[in-house]
Amino acid sequence: MVYLTRKAEFSASHFYHNPRFTPEENQRVFGKCNNPNGHGHNYTLEVTVKGAVNPKSGFVVDLKQLKEVMSREVLDAFDHRFLNKEVPEFLTRIPTTENLAIVIWQRLAPKLNTAQLHRVRVYETPDLFVDFYGEDFYGEDSHGDAGKREA
Amino acid sequence: MKAHLTRRYMFSASHRLHSDEMSDEENQATYGKCNNPYGHGHNYVVEVTVSGPVDDETGMVCNLVDLDGFVHNEILERYDHQNLNQLPEFAEKVPTTENLCIAIYDILKRGFQMAHLDKVRIEETMMNSFEYWGDS
Repeated sequence: MVYLTRKAEFSASHFYHNPRFTPEENQRVFGKCNNPNGHGHNYTLEVTVKGAVNPKSGFVVDLKQLKEVMSREVLDAFDHRFLNKEVPEFLTRIPTTENLAIVIWQRLAPKLNTAQLHRVRVYETPDLFVDFYGEDFYGEDSHGDAGKREA
Repeated sequence: MKAHLTRRYMFSASHRLHSDEMSDEENQATYGKCNNPYGHGHNYVVEVTVSGPVDDETGMVCNLVDLDGFVHNEILERYDHQNLNQLPEFAEKVPTTENLCIAIYDILKRGFQMAHLDKVRIEETMMNSFEYWGDS
């Protein structure tokens, strides 16, 4: 098994707000991220796929296809957008970095046919990132440490 | 759905690598220039990774304000602009970055209850880094 990671960048705006919270609760939980006019980030996306090396091509995955899928499913939809209003998933989910990683996984996983999606990592800033390994990664060990299994 | 969140912090501190259980020659052979009796310093980068289910109401593994507050009060305040050798946790342990990783992991494990602690990773310089995932 070989793991391959491709990076991409997109810039987008968002804000955090739960309509079931009172204005005071929203302010207390989300702080300055609750500003309804939004604020923005330069996000870095890292998509890691895994698979056996194809003996003919020497590839784990066709990088061109991976790049196309990432562009079509994620960058075209997210780049220079207001996530809360322009990305359908975030009409009903708060566009936190956690949910961005999950939504990106859900967009990519069904479209990748030559390699298996292993991890989606989203950097909101260089000092904050979230990893998502899919729902089926942990099995019965609900607190299995993902990185340990990669080692 | 479970996600892993990593946050990076920085502090600056000095240390000297020296073991009382070794002779001066052994210390010099083992630690080289890090054995300089006057010490030296680093800008340490600390990466804290926590995990847990993403809360439906907040979209978060844990509130960053809580994690930042804890790390600031319990870790950065403790270590920033200090000489590590002077701190009680290094009275009998050499303040290598391995032992620093374990010390910071233990502070988080003991005191931060808002999410599961996965690991602590420390960059001593841009060229070397250390990780501690706990003993289990």
